[in-house]
Amino acid sequence: MRRLINQHPGRAAGLALGVLPFIALLVMYVIASHLRLAENPDDKLLPALGKIASTFHSYAFEEDRRSGQLLFWVDTWASLKRIGSALVISATLGMVLAVGIGVVPRARALLSPLLGTIAMIPPLAILPVLFIVLGLEETAKIALIVLGIAPCIARDLALRVGELPKEQIIKAQTLGASTWQLILRVVLPQLWPRLIDSLRLSMGSAWLFLIAAEAIASTEGLGYRIFLVRRYLAMDVILPYVVWITLLAVLTDLALRLIRARAFRWAEPER
Amino acid sequence: MATVTVRNVWKEYGPTVVLENVRLEIADHEFVTIIGASGCGKTTFLKMLLGMEQPSRGQILIDGVPIRPEPDPDRGVVFQRYSSFPHLTVLENVMLGLELRSSKITGKLFGTARREARAAAMAMLESVGLAHVADRHPAQLSGGMQQRMSIAQAVIRKPKILLLDEPFGALDPGVTADMHELILRLWEENRMTIFMVSHDIQESFQLGTRLLTFDKLRVDPQSPEAYGASVTYDMPLTRKTKPKTLPS
Repeated sequence: MRRLINQHPGRAAGLALGVLPFIALLVMYVIASHLRLAENPDDKLLPALGKIASTFHSYAFEEDRRSGQLLFWVDTWASLKRIGSALVISATLGMVLAVGIGVVPRARALLSPLLGTIAMIPPLAILPVLFIVLGLEETAKIALIVLGIAPCIARDLALRVGELPKEQIIKAQTLGASTWQLILRVVLPQLWPRLIDSLRLSMGSAWLFLIAAEAIASTEGLGYRIFLVRRYLAMDVILPYVVWITLLAVLTDLALRLIRARAFRWAEPER
Repeated sequence: MATVTVRNVWKEYGPTVVLENVRLEIADHEFVTIIGASGCGKTTFLKMLLGMEQPSRGQILIDGVPIRPEPDPDRGVVFQRYSSFPHLTVLENVMLGLELRSSKITGKLFGTARREARAAAMAMLESVGLAHVADRHPAQLSGGMQQRMSIAQAVIRKPKILLLDEPFGALDPGVTADMHELILRLWEENRMTIFMVSHDIQESFQLGTRLLTFDKLRVDPQSPEAYGASVTYDMPLTRKTKPKTLPS
């Protein structure tokens, strides 16, 4: 018998092991829901799968009686637009700040303490300020996400720039690189895959801030809907929404990972 | 043409004296090898020649002109490690110097200029025996091939002076012999002045036309940092055998 640390599951067995906990959770849910509903058919806490499916169907494929919209897709689109713009803005800000701080000593002296301080502000604590100053529209929500993740991305990337071997920077100068050329040809290309890593790590916080902003002031969005129907204990809406948000996050993560593997093959770890 | 004058150069870090009163006149097309115990300041000396560090006192001149206080294309360098760019292919690594010279804004060449730079880089790779791996990334090459690429990358910019910081220290003995031939051939062809720091005494005698050893002239046992190292031996070497030229 080989040691446990040397026993590797095969491809099929590995897949089965991965799926197993999901199935177990689902089965547990079905049993628990069944038991509760047997006791009280009006129970709202653990709705039956059929109930969830029919509610989801009405949200996704039937026009809302009041607004005439397909609420599920309106919510999805609103949330994706917010988180998408916030990610693009944060990535751009993060790259610019990181290159400045990482490459130009004067910029580092000027910006590094400020960035370190801003990163420590709990974003939710100044959410009221954002709403007061920027109004209740999209800007404030996007600003909250940007404030929450851009400083972290910038600091992370600045560290990555610092990790570039000094030899590389010197070598580039002996090849005649100006500061600008050094950024363009040596620093930025090596920073792109790091940016993707950094974005992947920031996705969790980004969703957190998005849902927080939507819960407080919004008229549509995935987070808005969850908090709206909470009043009616509408678990049949909340649960599929949470699953959907999770699925979106998982797919984004997967997409980012694939982009990194395809576009930056040189940066992949050796196997 | 590249003569190097080192005029009474000192290097101090606070109270610690690393180098004291180094004085040298290096003729054009000299192959200077530098040996010494670790911590004797030979790498500091190389860094000052490169412009990474500035002398605390004294002056270094190339062809009678004080060197710029930062690295520039007059002084090429090959480090023991990390001196190539992992995101570029071997060919792109070698082309980079040409691209940076001609394209100030984008740092990239296009069209005819690019084809010319490519051809020049390919010729260079041909000459160091790496043409067959031009499209690979440095991480896919062996240590010896990486150093060849690094040398090609430096030499294509035609530096007046080439600085080598233990370039062959991490290589297998068999590979090192090939590298010696290569560096001697490039030195002849490009008429550079070379400074090479090495920890291999035999190599230093074999390659150099002039050998310097760095060591402390005086030691104060109560405060070892009080005195710095200087050039203790300065030997002109005559080569007994002409370097073999590789069939190209």
